[in-house]
Amino acid sequence: MRENENVILSFAIMAVLIVFVGVLQSWGVALSILNLCLISAVMSIGVNIQWGYAGLINFGVMGFTALGGLAAVLVSVNPVREAWSVGGIEILVSIGLVLLLVFTIKVISKKIEQSKKRNILIGIIIGLFIILIRTISGPAIEAIESVNPATQGFLGGLGLPIIFSWIVGGLFAALVAFVIGKVALGLRSDYLAIATLLISGIIVSIVKHEDWLSRGVKNVIGMKRPAPYEIDLQQAEWFINLVTFLNSSKLNLINDVIKKEKFLNQLVMDASTIFVKLCFAGLFSTVVIILLILTQKALYSPWGRMMRAIRDNEEAAKAMGKNVVKQHLNIFIIGSSIIGMAGAMLVTYDGLFTPVSYQPLRYTFLIWIMVIIGGTGNNYGSVLGAFIVWFLWIEAAPISLFLINILTSNFDHSNEFKKHLINSVPYFRFIIMGIGLLFIMRYRPKGLLPEKIKIQKI
Amino acid sequence: MDFLNAIVLIANFVIVPALTYGSQLALGAIGVTLIYGVLRFANFAYGDLMAFGTMISILITWKFQSMGITFGFLPTALLALPFAVVVTIIVSLIFDKFIFEYYRIKKSPGVTLIVVSLGLMFVLNGIVRIVIGTGDKQFFDGQKFLIKANEFKELTGLNEGLAIKSTQLITLITTVIIALMLFWFLEKTKTGKSMRAYSNNEDLALLSGIDPSRVVMITWIIASILATVAGTLYGLDKSFKPFTYFNNLLPIFAAAIVGGIGNPIGAFFGGFLVAFSEIMITYAYKKVLIYLLPESLEPTSLMQLLSTDYKFAVSFSILVIVLLFRPNGIFKGKVL
Repeated sequence: MRENENVILSFAIMAVLIVFVGVLQSWGVALSILNLCLISAVMSIGVNIQWGYAGLINFGVMGFTALGGLAAVLVSVNPVREAWSVGGIEILVSIGLVLLLVFTIKVISKKIEQSKKRNILIGIIIGLFIILIRTISGPAIEAIESVNPATQGFLGGLGLPIIFSWIVGGLFAALVAFVIGKVALGLRSDYLAIATLLISGIIVSIVKHEDWLSRGVKNVIGMKRPAPYEIDLQQAEWFINLVTFLNSSKLNLINDVIKKEKFLNQLVMDASTIFVKLCFAGLFSTVVIILLILTQKALYSPWGRMMRAIRDNEEAAKAMGKNVVKQHLNIFIIGSSIIGMAGAMLVTYDGLFTPVSYQPLRYTFLIWIMVIIGGTGNNYGSVLGAFIVWFLWIEAAPISLFLINILTSNFDHSNEFKKHLINSVPYFRFIIMGIGLLFIMRYRPKGLLPEKIKIQKI
Repeated sequence: MDFLNAIVLIANFVIVPALTYGSQLALGAIGVTLIYGVLRFANFAYGDLMAFGTMISILITWKFQSMGITFGFLPTALLALPFAVVVTIIVSLIFDKFIFEYYRIKKSPGVTLIVVSLGLMFVLNGIVRIVIGTGDKQFFDGQKFLIKANEFKELTGLNEGLAIKSTQLITLITTVIIALMLFWFLEKTKTGKSMRAYSNNEDLALLSGIDPSRVVMITWIIASILATVAGTLYGLDKSFKPFTYFNNLLPIFAAAIVGGIGNPIGAFFGGFLVAFSEIMITYAYKKVLIYLLPESLEPTSLMQLLSTDYKFAVSFSILVIVLLFRPNGIFKGKVL
C-alpha cells in the first residue's frame, strides 16, 4: 500500500505544481506544459518498456519520433494531385524496386552460402538497383519538387483525419524497428546504444532532405486537428454562451455595454485557446491511461515476468528455453511503436512538421533522463519522470532567472557578469537536467518510484 | 595536362579536406577508444569535453590577443593550447573523482556508466553554452593561406587551383606528432605498457602490481589532451559552435568502432576512413570526369553518389556495415 501512496502523492504534487503555474503565469502555459508532459509520458513509457522491462538501450528515440511525425504528414495532408500526375507512378515504381531489392538480397543470402562470392554478388545487385532507381526516380523527384514549390512541392498525404496517424506512426516505427532490430540487436549493449543513435541520425537526415516526401527542411505547416479551431470557437454561439455563463458574476459588474462587449470578446479569445488545449489534454491523457493500463497488465503477466527474467539473467532465461533474441526483437518493436505514436501526437499538437527540430539532446537524451529519474521498470515512474523533467525543462528558465536575481542583487544592473548570466538563462536547464540525472544515478539509482516486483503467494 | 588538372582538382576538394577532417576525427576517436579500453564504457560526454577544452583555449586566446601577444604568422590559439590542456585535464580529473570513481569502485556495468556520462554531457553542454554562448566564435588569427588557388594557378600554369589553409597543415602536423608520441608512449614506456596490460586483463594487471588509480588518471590526462587539441584544431579550421561538437561525437564514435573499439591504432585509421568516405561519396565528380574522359563521353549529371546533405549518414552507414560484417571492427579491438 505504501508504494501506491507514493505514486498518488507524487502525482498530486505534480498537479499542484501545474496549477501553481496556471495561477502565477497563465493557464495557457500550464496547459501546454501539461500536454507536452503527456506526450513525453507516452515516449518514456515506450523507452521504459525497452530499457526497464528488457534492458535494451535504445538511443534512437529521435528517429522514431520523426517517423511518427512523418506519418502524421502522410496521413493527414491532402494529396497534391498535380505532383502525383507528374511523378507519382515513377515514385511508386521506385518504392517497388526497393522492396524487390530487399527481397532479392534475402533470397540470395538464403540460397547461397556465406562466401566472398555472395558478398560481391550482393554488392553488384545493390549497385545495379541503385542506378536503376535513380534513373527512374531522379526526373520524377525534380518534377514533383517543382510543383508549386512555395507551398507544395511534395506528394502530399492521404487526406485522412490526423488521428489515424497515431496508429500509422506506430506502424511505421514498428516496421523500421523490425529492420533495426534484425540488424543491431545482436550487438553488445553499448554498441546497440551507439548504433541506434547513428541510425536515428540517418532517419532524420532522410526526413530532412527528401523534399518530395515531406518537403524536407521547408516544413509542413497548417495540418489538420482533431480538436476544434480557435476561430470557429470564437464564432460559435454555444461557446460564447458558455463563457458568458462561467464569467457571469464578473460581467455583471460592468455596466457599460461597449466595455462589457469588449471584455466578453477578450474572455472568449482566452477561453478558446484554453478550450482547444483542454481538448488535446483529454485526448492525450486517454492515450496515456490506456497505455498505462496495458503496460501494467503486461508487466505482471507471465510475459512480463519472462522479460524481467531475460533482463536480469539472460543465460538462465536461455537455459529455461526462452527465445531471448525473439523476445528482444518483440520488445524493441513494441517500445519503438509507442514512441512512433508519440511522435505523431506531437506533430498533431504542434500542427506543423519541422524536421530541423529533431535533435538528439531533446528527443533522445531528455526522454532517457525522464525514464531514469522517474524509475526504470516502473510505468508510473516513467510517467512521473516525464512530468517532472518536462516541467523543469520549461520552468528552469524562470526559476534560474529568479535565483540569479536574488544571488546577484548586490551587483549593479549594468554589471557585465550579471548581464551575461541573465542572457544565458535558457541554458541553465541543461545543467539542472545533468545534475539531476547524476544525483539520481548516485543516490537513488532505481529512480524516484522504483520498480516493485509483486510475488504472488501460493 | 588534363590528367594533372584532374589530380589537382581532387587534391583540392577531396584529399586536403579529408586529411584535415580525418586528423580531427582520429584524435577524438583515439580519446574515445582509450577511455573505452581502460574505463570500459562509451563516453557520451566526450564531444562536450572537446567543446569545453576548445572553449577554454578560445578564452585564453582572446586574453592573449587583448594583451597583444601573438604567435607571428601562426595562430595565437596554438600558444593558448597548452594552458587549455592543463585546465581541461584538471576539470576531467575532478569529474572523474566526483562522478566516475564511485561506479568504478562499485564495478557497475558499462550501461550504467553510459547513462552517467549522459548526465555529464548535459552539465558540460550547459556550462559551455552559459560561458560562451551558442553563436559562431572566430578565434583564428595569423596567416590564413599557405598557398592560394590563384597563386597555385600562376605558379604551375594549370587550370585548377590548389588552396591550402595554414590550419590544415597545422592540423596534420600536430596530429602526426601527437599520434606518434602516443604510440611511442603506449609501446615503449613502462606506464604505457601498464595501461595496455590493464586494458587487456584487469585482474592480471592488478596481480602484477599495477596501480589502477594511476592508470585511470593517465588515461583521463591523455583523453583530455586529445579532446582539447582535436577540438581546438577543428575550431581553428572551421569555426567554434558548441552544437557542432556534439554532432562530431557521432562520426568519432563511428571511427572508434570501425577501427575496433579499444584499439588506438585502429581508431587513428578509422578517423581517416570515415573522413575520406564521407567526402569522397558526397563529392560531385563531374568536373574530374570532364578532364579525364574524351568529349563524347562527358557526363551530364553531377556524378555524385549521394548529395552532401547525407554527409553524416555516410559515416553512420559505414559503421552499420562494419558492425554487421566485422563486429569487432576492421582492426581487432579491446586491446590497447
